[in-house]
Amino acid sequence: MSKAAAPLTNSPEFTVSELSSALKRTVEDTYGNVRVRGEISGFRGPHSSGHCYFSLKDESAKIEAVIWKGVHGRMRFKPQEGLEVIATGKLTTYPGSSKYQIVIEAIEPAGVGALMALMEERKRKLGAEGLFDEARKQLLPWLPEVIGVVTSPTGAVIRDILHRLEDRFPRRVLVWPVKVQGEGSAEQVAAAIHGFNALPEGGAIPRPDLLIVARGGGSLEDLWSFNEEIVVRAAAESMIPLISAVGHETDITLIDFAADKRAPTPTAAAEMAVPVRAELMVEISGFERRMMLCWQRGQESRRNELRAAARALPDLSELLAIPRQRLDGATASLPRALKANTHAHHRRFAQASAGLTLRVLRAQIAHATQRLTVSGERLSLSARALLRQRRDRFTGLEARLKASKLANAQAQRNAITRDRERALRLTERARRALTTLVQRQQARVQASSQLLGALSYRSVLARGFALVRDEQGAALHAAANVGAGARLSIEFADGRVDVTADGDRTAPAREAKPASPAAPKKATKIDQGSLF
Amino acid sequence: MAENTHADVKKLTFETAIEELESIVKRLEDGKVPLEESVAIYERGEALKRRCDELLRQAEARVDKITTDSNGKAVGTEPLDVQ
Repeated sequence: MSKAAAPLTNSPEFTVSELSSALKRTVEDTYGNVRVRGEISGFRGPHSSGHCYFSLKDESAKIEAVIWKGVHGRMRFKPQEGLEVIATGKLTTYPGSSKYQIVIEAIEPAGVGALMALMEERKRKLGAEGLFDEARKQLLPWLPEVIGVVTSPTGAVIRDILHRLEDRFPRRVLVWPVKVQGEGSAEQVAAAIHGFNALPEGGAIPRPDLLIVARGGGSLEDLWSFNEEIVVRAAAESMIPLISAVGHETDITLIDFAADKRAPTPTAAAEMAVPVRAELMVEISGFERRMMLCWQRGQESRRNELRAAARALPDLSELLAIPRQRLDGATASLPRALKANTHAHHRRFAQASAGLTLRVLRAQIAHATQRLTVSGERLSLSARALLRQRRDRFTGLEARLKASKLANAQAQRNAITRDRERALRLTERARRALTTLVQRQQARVQASSQLLGALSYRSVLARGFALVRDEQGAALHAAANVGAGARLSIEFADGRVDVTADGDRTAPAREAKPASPAAPKKATKIDQGSLF
Repeated sequence: MAENTHADVKKLTFETAIEELESIVKRLEDGKVPLEESVAIYERGEALKRRCDELLRQAEARVDKITTDSNGKAVGTEPLDVQ
C-alpha cells in the first residue's frame, strides 16, 4: 500500500547532504575547465592567507571567484579591480553552503584594450608620484668606461648592442642576464637594475657608468614586464644613468618614461651610449694640428716683431755721441768754473774784512754807554716815584688810625656813661628794697612782742595765779619736789614773796599729779593750799 | 719635463682632457698668450693630446656576464660568448 502512494512521491528523497554532494559532483564534472570573460569586481586580496577573493561580473550576472595563493604568486597579470579578464579555472561548490564559485587557474586581460587601459592607469598613477618628471632625468656620461646591460644573454638584442659598440667605441660591457618576458621576468629586471646600482665604486666588479635595459620587439603582452611597477620604480630610482631600449620604435612601455633616455631600439641605445672613436681621433688630431700651427704662427709673428724692433734700434755710437759731446763741453769748462768760483769767494772775503775796523767797535761802545746812561736815569726816577708812593700810603693810613682812635674813645665814654646810669638806678632800687625789708621786719618784731606779751606767764599771774620757785630760782612743778622746810619763792603779778614749806604734809598725789604739767595749776594748788 | 709637469693629465677623463685641449687651441688661436705661457700651454696641449690618444687606443671590447648568488646578488663575472 505504501507503493500506492509512491506515484505521488515518485522522486526519491535526498538528504540535503546528498543533494549538495550530488550538485558538487555535477558542477565540478561539467565545468571542470572553463574560460569565462568578465570584469573583476569587489576585489579583496591577497589576504593574509595569500588567497584572493572577488567576483566576475557582466551586465546582468555575477559569479564568485577565488585565486589560491600559489596560483596568484605565479600570475603574470595580477587581478585588479575593474579589469576585464578572461579567467580559466574550474567551478566548485562546497557543501557547507551550496554556493558555487570559480577557482581561477590563470587570468589574462581581455584584449589589448584592457591592457592599454591598465597601462594608462598605471602611468597616470606613477606619473602623479613624480617618477616621470623631467627634473629627475640624469645626463648620460659622454664616454662611459663600463656599460651595464640588463637583457637576455642570448638573442639578437645583446648582439646588436655589442656590434654597434664595437663599431663606434669598444667598451667594457657587463651583461646582467635576465628573463625578458613571462613569469618572474619583471622581478629579475628590477633586481638587475638594483644589483648594478649596488656595486661598490672600485670593487671587484667594475661599477657601470651607464645602464641599458633592452629587449627586442614583441606584442604588448610580451613586453608587459617592462610596464610592471617594480621595474618602473627600479629604473626611476637608478643612480646610474639608464637608457631604456624595449621593443621596436613604436612600442612604448612605462620604463621608457622612467628611464633617463629612451632609445627606440637596442642598436640606438648603443649609439647613445658612446661617441664614435674614429671621429674623436680625427677631432684630436685636428686640435693638435691647430695648436701647432697657432703656436708656430705666434712664434713667427714674435720673431717678426723682434726683427722689426731690432731694426728700429739706433746705432750705438749715435746713441753715445750726444752724451759724449756734453761730457767734452763740461770737461772744458770745469777749470774755468773753478776759477770763477774762487774769485767770487775772494771778493766776498775782501768786502767782509773791509768792514771790520776800530770805528765800528767804538760806535758799538758809545751806543752801549748811551744805553747805560739812559737806564741809570730811569732807575733813579723810578726809585723816587716808588718812595713817594709809599709815603702817600703811610700818610693815609696815619689819618685813618687817628680817626679810628677818636671814634673808639668816644664809644668807650658812651659805654661808661650808660653803665654809670645803670648803677645809679640799681642803687636806688636797692635802697628802696632795703627800707621796705626793714619796715617789714620791724612790723614782724612788733607783732611778735605783742604776741609774746600776751603769752607770758605774767599775764597769767595778773589773772591771780602765782609761780613757785625753789631756792635756785627754778620753777617747781610738783608738790613732791618740795621737801619740808624748803625755802620757796612765790611770784605774784606784783612781786615775789619768799616762803618756807611746812613739814611732812603730803599733798594728795591725785591732785598733785595733774597739776604738775602746768606751773599755773601748781600755783593754783599752792594758792588753794595756802588757802587751807 | 712635460711628463712631470703634467702628471695630473694621466688621471683626466677623456672628456675633461679634450675640453681642456680645445680651450688651449682657442687661446693659442686668439694669439694673445704671452710667450712663456704659450710654450707652457703648448706643452700641456701636447700632454692632453697624448692622454686623449691613449684613452682612445685603450678602447677594448671586453664583454662579461654577471654571475649571481642564490639571493640574486652579483658575485662575479665570467666571459660572455655571444654568437
